[in-house]
Amino acid sequence: MEQKPFSRGLLSSEADSQRTLYPYVTGTSVVALKYKDGILMAADMGGSYGSTLRYKTVERMKSIGKHSLLGASGELSDFQEILRYLDELILYDNMWDDGNSLGPKEVHSYLTRVMYNRRNKFNPLWNSLVLGGVKNGQKYLGMVSMIGVNFEDDHVATGFGNHLARPILREEWHENLSFEDGVKLLEKCMRVLLYRDRSAVNKLQIAKITDEGVTVSQPYSLKTFWGFSAFSNPTAGAEGSW
Amino acid sequence: MTKQQANWSPYDNNGGSCVAIAGADYCVIAADTRMSTGYNILTREYSKITKLADKCMMASSGFQADVKALQKLLAARHLIYQHQHNKQMSCPAMAQLLSNTLYYKRFFPYYSFNVLGGLDSEGKGCVYTYDAVGSYERVGYSSQGSGSTLIMPFLDNQLKSPSPLLLPAQDAVTPLSESEAVDLVKTVFASATERDIYTGDKLEIVVVNAEGIRSEYMDLRKD
Repeated sequence: MEQKPFSRGLLSSEADSQRTLYPYVTGTSVVALKYKDGILMAADMGGSYGSTLRYKTVERMKSIGKHSLLGASGELSDFQEILRYLDELILYDNMWDDGNSLGPKEVHSYLTRVMYNRRNKFNPLWNSLVLGGVKNGQKYLGMVSMIGVNFEDDHVATGFGNHLARPILREEWHENLSFEDGVKLLEKCMRVLLYRDRSAVNKLQIAKITDEGVTVSQPYSLKTFWGFSAFSNPTAGAEGSW
Repeated sequence: MTKQQANWSPYDNNGGSCVAIAGADYCVIAADTRMSTGYNILTREYSKITKLADKCMMASSGFQADVKALQKLLAARHLIYQHQHNKQMSCPAMAQLLSNTLYYKRFFPYYSFNVLGGLDSEGKGCVYTYDAVGSYERVGYSSQGSGSTLIMPFLDNQLKSPSPLLLPAQDAVTPLSESEAVDLVKTVFASATERDIYTGDKLEIVVVNAEGIRSEYMDLRKD
């Protein structure tokens, strides 16, 4: 990433026009958990432009190298930039041709440094990233925020997922979930997000990463239920009110 | 057209409390393991304590990304020191390095509230306490972080050392035994957890003495 030399330093108005002020096209929550064989991650396929649902087939989860899976929420163009950085990282790793490959821990560490350094220059990449993977049987799941806050845990979520999905995961997650149970749990979280997060869309993918590799599912929708009697006559008992 | 103001903050407070107590031949360093942001808990199992040198541990709370960066920097500097001097850095030496490192970013500070604990060159317990920009002092005990306002008065009551202004200079380290100090730390965190929302989940206690370093854990309230 090349920088023009600013004669008045990083805090001049010339430099200002080059810095991220707010996100434009955004993705909403990513939810992920560790299960018996590896990591499961879910994200919907929406790209919102403020309150408009502009893009409906955005892949917000991508595989990185042989051992990692990256999910992103926040500004989608910054996510694409991060993918370009990671492409270069993996390329140089492969070019060593020494039999070693970057594992999820290393990729997470790299991403943390990138996000923190951009924050230090007051020009952040406006994303919350979820990095999951398996290497040599060791499962890893971590998160980085746009200012560089990072941690690893058995289950993580970004954005609204922190408010709505984490409590469900804290209650129902346990070690050695089967694949089916893991998917059911993730779908439960995504359904709640679909009901309650206005930027969520009913078109999602679930990705799985194990020692064997990455599989990203085909897009599909969740079943929802809106047939509550209270919805058919919403103002019953309080006519005229909202 | 007025200049655009940033609508994001480069800082966040990820909460938590840290404590260190120096004894005659040991040092106890403790911190909770909760990492939060706003009213959310990010994770319940995050260690705030790191080993900087053989007999020197640091507990830090505040903005976790800055804490991590600081820990990495000090670890790197320690490695260079070992290459150049063929020995481990002493606790007082590391204390000065930490102060200088913090002040280096005086005008865009590391939002990190640190407590350094270990054994000095004579094997006596030592604790150094810092603010975010590097002003520091060697003391007999200290606490930092979100629960420090609750913890510090209690430690003052139990451990109050003689004034550093007295002559001849009197020992600041506590006469308590190692196990008594560890019990005090457990009590102090249990109390802080009751009233500080950012403190809780689990307590990590590290004891540094002549034999080496050992760790202990205790569950705290998760609410």
